[in-house]
Amino acid sequence: MSDALWYFARGSGVVSLVLLTVVVALGIGARSGRTAFNLPRFAVNLLHRNAALLAVVFLVLHVVSLLFDPYAQLRLFDLVLPFAGNYRPLWQGLGTLGLDLMIAIVVTSLLRHRIGARAWRAVHWLAYLCWPVALLHGLGAGSDNGTVWLWAISMVCVAVVLAAVIWRLTPHFTRFPQRAERKVAERLRPLEEVR
Amino acid sequence: MTRLHIDWTACDGRGLCAELLPELLAEDDWGFPIARDGSPSPAVPGPLEPAAQRAVDRCPALALRLLRDTR
Repeated sequence: MSDALWYFARGSGVVSLVLLTVVVALGIGARSGRTAFNLPRFAVNLLHRNAALLAVVFLVLHVVSLLFDPYAQLRLFDLVLPFAGNYRPLWQGLGTLGLDLMIAIVVTSLLRHRIGARAWRAVHWLAYLCWPVALLHGLGAGSDNGTVWLWAISMVCVAVVLAAVIWRLTPHFTRFPQRAERKVAERLRPLEEVR
Repeated sequence: MTRLHIDWTACDGRGLCAELLPELLAEDDWGFPIARDGSPSPAVPGPLEPAAQRAVDRCPALALRLLRDTR
């Protein structure tokens, strides 16, 4: 039984990373305002949200199974306080940091209509920090870090996210690249930033 | 009468609303929504209210709002 928890924790962690990779790629894809896979824009948007919620489910399973695993010996505060663990504190701490960031991103997304678009967007940008943190946690803390399959999965994830980010930075990323960059007069800048 | 309000300072023309509410909204040449009836905040008939609510919920810029008149 104890072995089952241990293996399950490792598996759910990998599944969560793969799902997060899909979520980041879909999030960038949704931001482009383009349709994808014959899906309308709102469906890409919903796929991004639902894949993210599924990633959260696997992340919760990953954390809870480690909490009850007699080998990992996690304490409750290890779940929220990073870099204080007994076992590879740096690598385990990255996982805790990733969890904290995920909680922030998900909670602000669920409360998006209450906190407003600016605050939501500011926190949502943390996803670009959360994903590499999760990746490094998997490679560093994971007990499978010497295996070919974990490295292969991780490298495919890196390739997917890198490709999406590079696409994001190209001038033809959005649906209407010909929309001119808005030019705001100097004296109106403070007003513009209110948005 | 419920009306759909579009906040033009927030709207980024992502085009989700016109997909979710094609009965009321179309896209202009730049991808920004325009009401099919030409009004600035189109009236939402009862049967379309759930679809309008979905458009409000999904707007990435939070630029849509339903204005419910209690009269």
